[in-house]
Amino acid sequence: MELNQYQKDIFEKQKPVIENYGKKTWGWTIFFLLWILVGGYALYLQVADGHVVTGMRDNVVWGLYIANFIFFIGISYAGAVISGLLHILHVEWRKPIIRIAEMITVIATMIGPVFILLCVGRLDRLHHLFLYPRLQSPITWDVLAITTYFTGSVIFLYLALIKDFAIYRDAKLNIPKWKQKLYNILAIGYRGTPSQKRHIKISTDLMAIMIIPLAIIVHSVLSWIFGMTLRPGWHSSIFGPYFVLAAIYSGTGVLIMAMWVYRKMYKLNSLLTDKHFVYLGYIMMVLGAAYGYFTFSEYLTAWFGSAKWDNEVIEKLFTLEYYGGWFLFTNIAGIILPILVVAIPFTRKPGLITIASFFMVIALWVKRYLIIVPTLESTLLPMQDTRPEYIKYSATWVEWALTFAGIATFFLLFTLLSKFVTIIPISEFGDKEKTADDTSVPVKEN
Amino acid sequence: MKQQEEINDNSRRDFIKTAAIVGIATAACGSLACSCSSKQPVQPIGEKVKLLSPEGEIVEIDSAYLNHQEHMAIVSKLEAREGMAGKKFVMVVDLSRCKNARKCVSACQKWHYRPEETEWLTVKLMKDSDKAAPYWFPKQCFHCDNPPCVKVCPVDATFKRQDGLVLIDNERCIGCKFCMAACPYSTRVFNWTDPVMPEAIANQQYSPETGIPARVGTVEKCDFCPDRSREGLLPPCVEACPNGVFYFGDENEDTVSNGDETVSFTQLIKDRAAYRFQEELGTKPRVYYLPPKDRQFPVERGYENLPDQLKERFKDVMEGGAE
Repeated sequence: MELNQYQKDIFEKQKPVIENYGKKTWGWTIFFLLWILVGGYALYLQVADGHVVTGMRDNVVWGLYIANFIFFIGISYAGAVISGLLHILHVEWRKPIIRIAEMITVIATMIGPVFILLCVGRLDRLHHLFLYPRLQSPITWDVLAITTYFTGSVIFLYLALIKDFAIYRDAKLNIPKWKQKLYNILAIGYRGTPSQKRHIKISTDLMAIMIIPLAIIVHSVLSWIFGMTLRPGWHSSIFGPYFVLAAIYSGTGVLIMAMWVYRKMYKLNSLLTDKHFVYLGYIMMVLGAAYGYFTFSEYLTAWFGSAKWDNEVIEKLFTLEYYGGWFLFTNIAGIILPILVVAIPFTRKPGLITIASFFMVIALWVKRYLIIVPTLESTLLPMQDTRPEYIKYSATWVEWALTFAGIATFFLLFTLLSKFVTIIPISEFGDKEKTADDTSVPVKEN
Repeated sequence: MKQQEEINDNSRRDFIKTAAIVGIATAACGSLACSCSSKQPVQPIGEKVKLLSPEGEIVEIDSAYLNHQEHMAIVSKLEAREGMAGKKFVMVVDLSRCKNARKCVSACQKWHYRPEETEWLTVKLMKDSDKAAPYWFPKQCFHCDNPPCVKVCPVDATFKRQDGLVLIDNERCIGCKFCMAACPYSTRVFNWTDPVMPEAIANQQYSPETGIPARVGTVEKCDFCPDRSREGLLPPCVEACPNGVFYFGDENEDTVSNGDETVSFTQLIKDRAAYRFQEELGTKPRVYYLPPKDRQFPVERGYENLPDQLKERFKDVMEGGAE
């Protein structure tokens, strides 16, 4: 593969990253593995002793796990929508960030469904989903949607990688034989012929278009798991779009955080420029405003109408003794903070935008928890139970351990993948010569 | 008595063969089952029982080879899914007679071998608004005609039968608990641990009609005891109630019975202005409530003599304020 000067520059910068694993990376790998090990032990307990080891009980049948499930599927939108949309719109500055975005998508889509499996009492019977599927059930919709979405995201990521694999293959990198072989296989004989180029372009364009409706379907269907029930706080027609929007929003936040980490870690300031943070910050701000609008209309209608059952949930969210504090936090950190940080020119800096993203992502995780738990704690008939764990949900260490194991898996897979492929795609910069206002190609070293 | 001698010879093969015949024969007569799974040789006790073999012969065997089993999977899985043709089970709960005697609860627990805290049938103390009078409200599964739980099950483990019952097949259930989230009445319970049962019950053949044995990681709930209906018996909650609160019967036959009296279903719900709980949810319950008008017992009667732990449940409502 012939590389132009810019590509060579970009590749040179990233070569050491994929050539050697490094002591630091080993340290992190072992750290993540240890977390996963703790999670594994928690999972063993949950399978061996039953779900009694979790905080879930007959009233609050779902808890942290489902919140994590929604969260991970949500952040997977980084690649799907951000990268897909920017691709369709031919936005030039997307080039350095699309790989990170698509990696987030694939990895988060792998981890998310694991959390829904953790809610399942009989993991030994999962094949029943395929032996006796019922199309009426939103869970069946979910199984179909998520598998399709995952396949689509993997293809989308892979299509963008083929050219890069060919570059790694031909670059005579100082890497072990198996890795060289793997690059060779994964490049599937790409030589950069016009016909090959055309095919990849058409497929990528198609996938970019397809991935967007797919992503929207996935989170809508996910929201309908709740929306289709007769429960207050769930049974709402806004849930589909609300979930989709929250997902894109949190995905953008995670993308900004990932960009910051990579820029710091691999010193990619010339590629992941301040402009990227600001532009993604703008996207985040717009999404934040829309998310705030959705939140406002959702809770305003429930509160204003104040049907008895609805009101029970609203009261829990609006009272400080219950979830009021957390609800306030989700609105301040999840809506107001990111909008302000990006809107005010003085704070519109990569570091601050990243911090705002961090709080926003946490706030959106808390928000998912607040969607699940208070509703389940508000039963139609009075609970009249004396067992505290049946009345109020509180997650046990098993659930937390598995939650952190999920996050650790996310980081671990990210680490492994970023040691295998360059996180800034090289081939993307091939076809276009550098123009004066093009921010996608390296300008100068900071 | 040739056959009897053969059995007394106690050749194991013959025993199993006969036991199989007995099994088939008893299926027809209801509540008997053979103990063919027992490994130890059974000593005959001399008491003879006459049974009909599939060939139409009368067989006489020692009663020691039989054991009485209350819950028996008397129907196939397919039949348990389809339900009883021509039936439409219905229940009427007379709120004016309930004094929270809790006999229904304990009878239900006993019949289904449920631990004390897992109540398929619960009695709530309702108080609809600040000024309203509190009343006792027994609640089973409503076996809705538009069941939200059945709609959401991804594997068809919970299903609606032609006789109106909503049952669960706990050998099919994957334990996703979606049905529990979907049921607005909090009827369903989950086996969070391995359920504790007598060994005989735990080893029994499972049927969705009996719900026994219970299994860890699966959902269960009130089943209206179809195994008893097949034998022409009323559910244990109905039988156990000292005040005749529960009327159980068949809507097609238009009769319901509380054990003491059998009345016309339509007449009863007409005369007493029956209602269904939260009709506006559109679930179409098969349980009707007779309003707590002209109550036979003061509500305190169901509270005063309760053990402290149970009292705790109803304290808030009893000591003023809406629920």
